[in-house]
Amino acid sequence: MAQPTVKEVLFNPVFNNNPIGLQILGICSALAVTSNLKTALVMSIALTLVTAFSNLFISMIRKQIPSSIRMIVQMVIIASLVIVVDQILRAYAFGLAKQLSVFVGLIITNCIVMGRAEAFAMQNPPMLSFMDGIGNGLGYSVMLIVLGVIRELLGAGKLMGFEVLSLAKDGGWYVPNGLLLLPPSAFFLIGLIIWGLRTWKKSQVEAPTFTIAPQVANQEAH
Amino acid sequence: MEHLISLFVRAVFIENMALAFFLGMCTFIAISKKVETAVGLGIAVIVVQTITVPANYLIFNLLLREGALSWAGFPNVDLSYLGLLSYIGVIAAIVQILEMLLDKYVPSLYNALGVFLPLITVNCAILGGTLFMVERDYNMSESVVYGLGSGFSWALAIALLAGIREKLKYSDVPEGLQGLGITFITIGLMSLGFMSFSGVQL
Repeated sequence: MAQPTVKEVLFNPVFNNNPIGLQILGICSALAVTSNLKTALVMSIALTLVTAFSNLFISMIRKQIPSSIRMIVQMVIIASLVIVVDQILRAYAFGLAKQLSVFVGLIITNCIVMGRAEAFAMQNPPMLSFMDGIGNGLGYSVMLIVLGVIRELLGAGKLMGFEVLSLAKDGGWYVPNGLLLLPPSAFFLIGLIIWGLRTWKKSQVEAPTFTIAPQVANQEAH
Repeated sequence: MEHLISLFVRAVFIENMALAFFLGMCTFIAISKKVETAVGLGIAVIVVQTITVPANYLIFNLLLREGALSWAGFPNVDLSYLGLLSYIGVIAAIVQILEMLLDKYVPSLYNALGVFLPLITVNCAILGGTLFMVERDYNMSESVVYGLGSGFSWALAIALLAGIREKLKYSDVPEGLQGLGITFITIGLMSLGFMSFSGVQL
């Protein structure tokens, strides 16, 4: 297998192989933290850093890890990185850390980190794995930021806490759509984004498991 | 007793792991194509969750919490920053033990679960249950009930979703929305349905 180039590794995950849109990785946090842009941004940065560094470290020791205990070794590395991130957030942004609640801890089990460690870092040299981590983090961040912008702008008329659309209740013109602040809206939005992405990149369309027979008799059912 | 029952009901319906907190989504979406496998995985999650939440409760309260080490002569030690590392270690170890036990004593279930068992380690619903237990300061009996309830809520949700998806494959979904896209929208609708439980007062 030819060695992938740095550019491919860095930019493929953004649209061609998006972790959320195609690989079904890391969905949990994408839904829970995107009701405003600020938490979405913090989460993206945290996850990108953790993925990049866990890929780097795992790739450095990939030849020493016996395959029977590799899961535990990967877990330990990832968990230590997440603890560092968690402590930093608690020290410098306590309010945000409280708002993110358990979701910082859940980066450990975020499938993106584990999935990339297993699929990429175990076979590739450290620097390339580091880039792959950044790339996948970017793919995840793009999705999170798009969701955060849509949900906060249309759901509360604000961006990063600043008012953008003046609300009807304060004498403005915009009536916010409260549904977008509720968690289920993230599902609808991701579903629609995936639809858009797949209409643009045809190769991602899944083959139907069951094709519907064409209507043969040219008459109404009765 | 009444308190524990209401905690269970709350964990299953109002605070449903999958549909209200969106934990364990990756496996939730990837392994819900067939009802049989979904139910198998659901049972495995219930078992692991019921064991890990109380086990992590003991670890947190006897080893990690501030002042917890006073029985060993270190009253001022606060190890709670090691929490994440120890919880995930416990979960990985319990899943591994469960896998060996099932392989030896109940091979039929072991074969049915197959690759899903190791996947449970990275299921965020399991770690999420533990973290919620720590955050909300449950006691021993509460954490047993919470573990059982939250595991059951996840199993219920994945069985429901698998049922819907089995029927869904006969419907004419627009190209591009097929597979993942329509699944997301289905889950969104289910979770809207579960939100109606949030008004229930216990």
